Amino acid sequence: MNKAVNPNELKPADDSAPLYAARRKVYPQSVSGTFRRIKWTLMAICLGVYYFLPFVRWNRGLGAPSQAVLIDLPNSRFYFFFIELWPQEVYYFTGLLIVAAVALFLMNSVGGRIWCGYLCPQTVWTDLFYAVERLVEGDRRERMKKDKSSDPLKLERISEIVLKHSIWLMIAWWTGGAWVLYFNDAPTLVKELVTFQAPMIAYIWIGILTATTYLLAGFMREQVCTYMCPWPRIQAALTDEWALNVTYRYDRGEKRTSVKKAAELRALGQQVGDCVDCYQCVAVCPTGIDIRNGPQLECIQCGLCIDACDNVMAKIGRPKRLIGYDNDINIHRRQEGKAPIYRIVRARTIVYSAIIAAVGGIMIYTLATRSLLDVNVLHDRNPVAVRLSDGSIRNAYTVRLLNKSGYDRAIAIDVEGPVNPRMHVIGVDSVTPDRPIIVIPRDSTSELRLLVTAPADNNPEKSIPVRFHVMDIGLGVAASATDNFVAP
Amino acid sequence: MTDHSSDIDSVSGKSTTGHEWDGIKELNTPLPRWWVITFYLTIVWAIGYWIVYPAWPLISSNTAGVFGYSSRADVAVELANLEKIRGDKMVALGAASLADIEKDPALLALARAKGKTVFGDNCAPCHGSGAAGAKGYPNLNDDDWLWGGSLDQIMQTIQFGARSGHAKTHEGQMLAFGKDGVLKPDEIVTVANYVRSLSGLSTRSGYDAAKGEKIFAENCAACHGDAGKGNQELGAPNLTDKIWLYGSDEASLIETISQGRAGVMPAWEGRLDPATIKAMAVYVHSLGGGK
Repeated sequence: MNKAVNPNELKPADDSAPLYAARRKVYPQSVSGTFRRIKWTLMAICLGVYYFLPFVRWNRGLGAPSQAVLIDLPNSRFYFFFIELWPQEVYYFTGLLIVAAVALFLMNSVGGRIWCGYLCPQTVWTDLFYAVERLVEGDRRERMKKDKSSDPLKLERISEIVLKHSIWLMIAWWTGGAWVLYFNDAPTLVKELVTFQAPMIAYIWIGILTATTYLLAGFMREQVCTYMCPWPRIQAALTDEWALNVTYRYDRGEKRTSVKKAAELRALGQQVGDCVDCYQCVAVCPTGIDIRNGPQLECIQCGLCIDACDNVMAKIGRPKRLIGYDNDINIHRRQEGKAPIYRIVRARTIVYSAIIAAVGGIMIYTLATRSLLDVNVLHDRNPVAVRLSDGSIRNAYTVRLLNKSGYDRAIAIDVEGPVNPRMHVIGVDSVTPDRPIIVIPRDSTSELRLLVTAPADNNPEKSIPVRFHVMDIGLGVAASATDNFVAP
Repeated sequence: MTDHSSDIDSVSGKSTTGHEWDGIKELNTPLPRWWVITFYLTIVWAIGYWIVYPAWPLISSNTAGVFGYSSRADVAVELANLEKIRGDKMVALGAASLADIEKDPALLALARAKGKTVFGDNCAPCHGSGAAGAKGYPNLNDDDWLWGGSLDQIMQTIQFGARSGHAKTHEGQMLAFGKDGVLKPDEIVTVANYVRSLSGLSTRSGYDAAKGEKIFAENCAACHGDAGKGNQELGAPNLTDKIWLYGSDEASLIETISQGRAGVMPAWEGRLDPATIKAMAVYVHSLGGGK
């Protein structure tokens, strides 16, 4: 029910409130366990791929780049192992982005924010920077104490700070350095970078990425996930009741009390929880939240609270996984004394998998069957047709021949459509006058001006569909394009 | 955060701003500090822009900015760079013979690109952007040429023009047989019909073909040839083909014979540099009609 409000009763805004809230610095404690091991492993793989992939070689023959993964901007080519893409084939990246997006949805419907917790570059680099911080300045309590301390800075503390930031900057610099290697021959560029002979743009990009890495992983950290990233919002809208998320199993946890008291109450047959309010889950959390408050936007679901809690449960002799991958349905089922059920295979995971399979299948099929010879034809617009002095009709076309293979091709052009056509390619005196033969160098395009002339008497229609066949006369590979032959 | 102790939202436990609409209260969710700092930095950055770049409009000018930046100067620099990049290629174009340019794919592409641009700037007003021509302005795509369609002939016409007043210009014009009293009106009608018959067009009923042939032989054959095939030395068009610069209907022909024709093609030598004229010749030749 709406209640009429007297404007005079509205309270004025409190002007003394600050415009902003300062960040509460997070001091994650070190932890060991299953999920920490998974995170270390994935971090090593992700960073290993990122830093060393540019150095992997791939033989494409003489004159072609030998780098396995290379984005060759000056020549507009993208190389990925045995695949070479031209600019007009960027739709493969569209397919890749669709697969990536749906894979993200699939991860989410199976195990929540797997991407955020384990694979996202923001998580991987922040985790790495935390590891450095811990190594140099000590664990959670020490870092908190050092930050709080109001003592004048001693040499030891200064050297710690300098060391930490130096290592951070070195990692950040290496990150930026690896980035530019994807755009140039890596060993050559490394040599040039070291001898200060690399192009300025390489240093500028390294500088930019050094700055962003240092800033985002060293200072912004969980704020990137909380404030900048759209995925937490989308994820919350996309998830369903069956998706497994890092969950505090309150059916087992409440009410919280000390180990000793819990034992006493249990002996009396009363309901007590396994949670002993030790706050270990909060201490290890890299986003500084309390998982026991339920699903939260800030939670990246890295699973470190599971490890922390498991360690405590093991010590007090209670079953593990008081915090674990679970959902509300099973918590309620357990409260009702029923066995939990896990439904990984359900409508949405099937649909997501089908989309991934379909898009991936289409991409692989088109990639495997794409022609390394192609032709595009563009009809002259002005004039569309020319009447010659003997009355015959001539149409001019711009023909673009694409040779995507690693060798030169001799191409013959045939035209089909008008009756008695004659062909001429400007600048080409072919030995076979009505079947021009053109050589296209390897990995390049040739643009030709092609004239088709036909007698008006034999071709009375205003517009005749015309098909251009191009054929590699050595290998028999063919391609074709269609257009129209128009009367003036 | 200010403590609104009386204004704590019971559900979230957060303080409110004290604003209320229909019983709904607004939670006090302050912005993160880095966000606010970034916002202020953008303001500082904008002030920096005002100072270093042209920004404020004055009555007849604007503040120049301490960097002295000007987008117009930028364009000039870019154009100069472009000329520098093209320099060598244009020199190569100037040095190569016309025939060699058409044989070399790189030079042909350059000449066609350059020719097309220059054509659009200088020739399109008369010949049309696609060189399709108009009444009185020849279509350069077809194979009918008043002054010859070889590379050299096209280049010569571009260089010196036709009836352009240049010392080396093409001369020769269609005389005004009616206006000057050389032919009587009925003779003009007769010879017009004879000219139409040369390319197989229909003739007026009752027209005297023998008389037409005689008038043609006496007055027209000197330039257009006995058979009406024309003469490229004089710019006299071939009257037996399917292409008509001023129209093939009887009325147009009568007008042409009575009033004469003398269309002008300007001379481009001195207005365009030699390499550019070469590029133009190759471009026009490559449109398709070149011999």
